[in-house]
Amino acid sequence: MNYIKSVGIVGTGRALPDKIVTNKDLEQKVDTTDEWIRSRTGIGSRRVADENTATSDLATEAAKKALEDAGISVDEIDTIIVATVTPDMAFPSTACIVQKNLGADRAFAFDIGAACSGFVYALSVAENLIKGNMAKNALVIGAETLSKIINWEDRNTCVLFGDGAGAVVVKEVEEGYGIQGITLGSNGAKGEVLRQPAGGSRIPASIESVQNKLHFIAMDGNEVFKFAVRVMGQSSLETIKKSGLDLEDVDFFIPHQANIRIIDAAAKRLKLPKEKVYVNLHKYGNLSAASIPVALDEAVKEGKLQKGDNMVLVAFGGGLTWGSAVVKWSKEV
Amino acid sequence: MSLEKVKGIIIEQLGLEESMEIKRETSLMGDLEADSLDAVEIIMAIEDEFGIEIPDEAAEGFKNIGDIVDYVENNK
Repeated sequence: MNYIKSVGIVGTGRALPDKIVTNKDLEQKVDTTDEWIRSRTGIGSRRVADENTATSDLATEAAKKALEDAGISVDEIDTIIVATVTPDMAFPSTACIVQKNLGADRAFAFDIGAACSGFVYALSVAENLIKGNMAKNALVIGAETLSKIINWEDRNTCVLFGDGAGAVVVKEVEEGYGIQGITLGSNGAKGEVLRQPAGGSRIPASIESVQNKLHFIAMDGNEVFKFAVRVMGQSSLETIKKSGLDLEDVDFFIPHQANIRIIDAAAKRLKLPKEKVYVNLHKYGNLSAASIPVALDEAVKEGKLQKGDNMVLVAFGGGLTWGSAVVKWSKEV
Repeated sequence: MSLEKVKGIIIEQLGLEESMEIKRETSLMGDLEADSLDAVEIIMAIEDEFGIEIPDEAAEGFKNIGDIVDYVENNK
């Protein structure tokens, strides 16, 4: 009979650039106000990488911290998975660059693209590589430098995003703990509401594509808002049910940190008390794939999670994509 | 009929007093000080209540509560 492993998160780490850009700073760049940004998004400031820092640099720093936290050496890493929409370049993958930086020579490394949902997708891939005996120790990283693909003249999008990276080490844990269930979903038919139009094979980089500002994030905010509020509730409930739990059994929610109004509206639909929902977007803005692992690391380091707590991680993003995971926290505090 | 339901949704979403006077001529953003995301949430609640979909282009054309109610009446 096949033995099904319990797989969980055994270490976390994060890396954020030092430079803080406040809403007041943005008032100098575009026609906006601190009050408008706070009331519409909940964001107060964001971190921005300098010109010499790429996504792999933040990813590497976060990964080192997660490995240290887990007590795992680089030689023990079997796979490195990076979720990002802002890779250093199309190839080599950002994961391979992180491998080089770490000296994790034994690992196989690859990126996955599921935009802001990427971390949950990567967690699912890691879980199943371990259950399928393809790997014992997986390094799963969400890392972004969105400041590099933001149109800093567009007040509708430039206020929303930030840079950062979060990493986790995934491996077999005590029976019954760890990942209880993951649900992933996509709706490619609605993909046009959130995209970076140029820079791939459809519209390769050219003087025209740059002049037409097609290398920046383009978003239909209202459509994304409606999608996000609905899918966060639906996906969370589906995964909670699949995990054999009820909503009341969930101790802690880490939603994708895109906009406080989305989080509040989704939490209201689920009738969740505010103290169960982790929020850090006022400091960082939307970190895309890095959002959940950065928030998880902060929550852990702040002592918000006890061994045995049931936690829901839920994300939505470009694609459109969404995903949620129920994790029974397996680490002693 | 639809007007009463729409009024109820608006009062709940914006956290207004039950006694708040809301008429067909009332403007969400002008009179009730809703912002654009409040408006999206109200549209979502109306979509859920009546089982319809209100595309963005239609929603952007609504000038007052009467326009919303007429859209619901014509599309439910």
